[in-house]
Amino acid sequence: MNPVNYLYLAALLFTIGASGVVIRRNAIVLFMCVELMLNASNLALVTFSRLHGNLDGQILAFFTMVVAAAEVVVGLAIIVSIFRTRHSASVDDSNLMKL
Amino acid sequence: MNSLIPLLIAAPLAGAALLLLGGRALDRFGHWIATALAALSCAFGLVLFFDMLGRDTEHRAVTTRLFSWIPVNGFQADVSFQLDQLSIVFVLLITGVGTLIHLYSVGYMAHDERRRRFFAYLNLFLAAMLILVLADNYLLLYVGWEGVGLASYLLIGFWQHKPSAATAAKKAFIVNRVGDLGLSIAIMLMFAEFGSFAFHPVFSAAGDATEGKLTAIGLMLLLAACGKSAQVPLQSWLGDAMEGPTPVSALIHAATMVTAGVYLITRSSAIFDLAPDAQTAVVVVGAVTLLFGAIVGCAKDDIKKALAGSTMSQIGYMIMAAGLGPVGYAFAIMHLVTHGFFKAGLFLGAGSVMHGMNDEVNMRHYGGLRKYMPWTFWTFMAGYAAIIGFPFLSGFFSKDKIIEAALAKGGTEGWILGGCALLGAAVTAFYMTRVVLLTFFGEKRWQPDAEGNEPHPHESPKTMVIPMVVLTFGSLFAGGLFSLGDSFLNFLEPVTGFEEGHSPLNALTVSAIATVCMAAGVGLAWLMYGRSPVPVKPPVGSLLTRAARRDLLQDDFNHAVLVRPGSALAATLVWFDSKGLDGFVNGLAAAIGGLSGRLRRIQTGYVRTYALSMFGGTLVLVASTLLMRSV
Amino acid sequence: MTSTGEAVQFWVLAVIAVGGALGMLLMKKAVHSALCLAATMLSLAICYLAQGAVFLGVVQIVVYTGAIMMLFLFVVMLVGVTSEDSLKEQLKGQRIGAVLCGLGFGVLLIAGLANARLSHFTGLSEANAEGNVQGLARLIFTKYVWAFEVTGALLITAAIGAMVLTHREKIREPLTQRQLADRRVRDNIQLPPLPAPGVYARHNAVDIPALLPDGTVAEDSVMGTLRERGQIRDVSQEMLQRMAELEESTADWLGRPSSARPQVAGPRQALETVPTPTKEEAE
Repeated sequence: MNPVNYLYLAALLFTIGASGVVIRRNAIVLFMCVELMLNASNLALVTFSRLHGNLDGQILAFFTMVVAAAEVVVGLAIIVSIFRTRHSASVDDSNLMKL
Repeated sequence: MNSLIPLLIAAPLAGAALLLLGGRALDRFGHWIATALAALSCAFGLVLFFDMLGRDTEHRAVTTRLFSWIPVNGFQADVSFQLDQLSIVFVLLITGVGTLIHLYSVGYMAHDERRRRFFAYLNLFLAAMLILVLADNYLLLYVGWEGVGLASYLLIGFWQHKPSAATAAKKAFIVNRVGDLGLSIAIMLMFAEFGSFAFHPVFSAAGDATEGKLTAIGLMLLLAACGKSAQVPLQSWLGDAMEGPTPVSALIHAATMVTAGVYLITRSSAIFDLAPDAQTAVVVVGAVTLLFGAIVGCAKDDIKKALAGSTMSQIGYMIMAAGLGPVGYAFAIMHLVTHGFFKAGLFLGAGSVMHGMNDEVNMRHYGGLRKYMPWTFWTFMAGYAAIIGFPFLSGFFSKDKIIEAALAKGGTEGWILGGCALLGAAVTAFYMTRVVLLTFFGEKRWQPDAEGNEPHPHESPKTMVIPMVVLTFGSLFAGGLFSLGDSFLNFLEPVTGFEEGHSPLNALTVSAIATVCMAAGVGLAWLMYGRSPVPVKPPVGSLLTRAARRDLLQDDFNHAVLVRPGSALAATLVWFDSKGLDGFVNGLAAAIGGLSGRLRRIQTGYVRTYALSMFGGTLVLVASTLLMRSV
Repeated sequence: MTSTGEAVQFWVLAVIAVGGALGMLLMKKAVHSALCLAATMLSLAICYLAQGAVFLGVVQIVVYTGAIMMLFLFVVMLVGVTSEDSLKEQLKGQRIGAVLCGLGFGVLLIAGLANARLSHFTGLSEANAEGNVQGLARLIFTKYVWAFEVTGALLITAAIGAMVLTHREKIREPLTQRQLADRRVRDNIQLPPLPAPGVYARHNAVDIPALLPDGTVAEDSVMGTLRERGQIRDVSQEMLQRMAELEESTADWLGRPSSARPQVAGPRQALETVPTPTKEEAE
């Protein structure tokens, strides 16, 4: 098997995640979709690392994980505080930016 | 001694500033401050005059530089003053007559609650006029020129609560602007041609310029002079300017401001002497105006407007004389000075009559006033005799010289100009006799005023009478004094130049003919107005009379030729602006507004919509990246 | 080419990963989505391990699946475990657009990859010679040390940010027991304690309202949260029926005629006067 298959898998997962961001309304699920996209890119990075034979790709994936962790912490905090004030986790309910 | 020259101007300027800024505190005695400062200025003028007489002819002209006004590389505008024989004549006339009129105004304006302001404007006017005649370059002269225009506007419109006065002020200002445009263009032409606008460099370089350019400058200067001196075709403002208080009419529209044009032409003699075409234009304007004004003066029943017509006519004499070249400059100035005396006197007399007659101006409502106001009558008579050129009075000397100079032009032109001047003299005698007869002789035809008060004619207070008496001396003797040994001529000669004219008739004959013309005019007037009682209601009159009553249709002409096409043009432009430009702009705005309103719908405020658009954008980016790589 | 074992493993994991991802996308309840995602992440972790990224594989399990997904689950619980997304799409064209974009994007990515013609690969045997963890450590603490420090700052910032966002400033003193009691008397709405849930010692679950003497439910015996969610199990009819049966059998046994007790038409109207504790009071 060619390791490129891992890349196909990553592309597929990334696409699913991106579609999920657009389709789902629950902010938490939306966040999960973002996580899925990050994971897909991590997979791609790890695969590239293997293809090229050096560890830089893995380092990059590692940093991506750190950033994802930070992002999740802040993002969930935002969701919690929005839920507290608006009693809803739906992103469609927060459309105050509309003119 | 030269340091006195700026002080000469500073005195009335300080007076104006003090009175305008001083507020009500100065209401009680502000007019005396103004009068004192005018007198101080006059005293400075006299000191400078005697100082000048004490010097040689070559060293009489002095220049004093106050400060550099606009120093820009090649453009050097200085505030510097030049006092020479021509300037000092004007300085003495302006400050002398000005002081007398200040004094007169103290009495005339006694009951006006805005008197302080009036005197401030009078002082402002004196300062501006002094700047005009003392400037040593055209730009500073322009400052004074505009200052005079401003003061004139303020004074004509002084009784601004009367719509007629406000309109007259605007009219004077606007008509003057046309002339000012001429002056500014002339200054620009000078700067372009000579690289300077100071008198000395311009006049010394004038010989090198082409005649065409000099003619252009001369014509522009003539336009300026026409505006300020109320010459045809810019004469229409002078009659309306009589809406101002009578001292204003006397000071500005008889003795000083209107003479600015004559000053300008005389001062620019170096240019006009080299531009014969411009000179011809000057002569024509002068001759036309002298008859125009005289005819208008014959028909007016309003005493001030009759005198205004007369002023126009007399200034016409001066302009004509100035247009004759070195033959006439000195005589123009001489007539200007004598006219300053007797016309100021006549106006002050008219003001005195109005003062006694509840501000009535219609001469048909006067009659027989000589018994009620003897001082006014006799001083007015002196002015009258002087203006019609009664032998050996001021007007006789100055006017005869002008007629002589006109005849000396030679050939057909000389005869035409001389004829005009003589005809003018006759008509002058006619209308002045008419004024005198209507006002002081005959039956009394007094009418109750609008509130039903019968007028009680009385002599005016001393502050009004004294200036009239002083001016009377000028009217009677100035001309003789000036002609004594040609003293005035010799005094002015270094500035204006002089050459003896060769009149086809000798001086005595000219005087005789002029006197005969004068007598004819007087006689005709007596036949028409002295022999039989004058109707209170003016008769319909001939076509010419009716036209003359309407200022020879000058306003109708301006209205038809300038105002109406101007309004039409403005209306067209407004239409174009509102329908064309605004339509385009508004349409554009509406289109963008509508488009924005539609585009706004894209902004739903839903995060997911934005996410979708980002997704789509990413798609496009990826697609284009791949496309670029595959190509 | 990789080993057959890895190929088999890949195909199994790929199916699980894609299935998990699709499950996450399509499940109505957030908690199901989270579990699906956890499955995907675990399979990805094994993929990492298989590709020689031992350290990342373990980190993926511990940090992602262990920590982050649990954090997700916590929040899901906090927000409401049973809350569902309504499947009705409200934004016009959103779903079609998403599907089109997704399809286009996927096709483009895969086509791009297929076009790249990656036929040969190096493998990590050399790079991992001294051990994967050692290799990564060498890189992190030499080449990427600056980025590593910065991520430390990022994590601290995120922690502080989360605290700030969820922190609540007390804007007034909390009410004491005494003040609450006083207020209850003053408002005169419900002086005695609220009735406890549960019926006749048969049901003591908190979601079962107590019954009033006339057999109707006392809704205020159930906690406000359940009431709002509509999770009250009404057993009053069943109880009344049993009561009636009991009375019937008693009457039979005593030889009396059965009681002509009037039947209650239905549950009593909800007590409007019972105050639902407001947010401030609840905290």
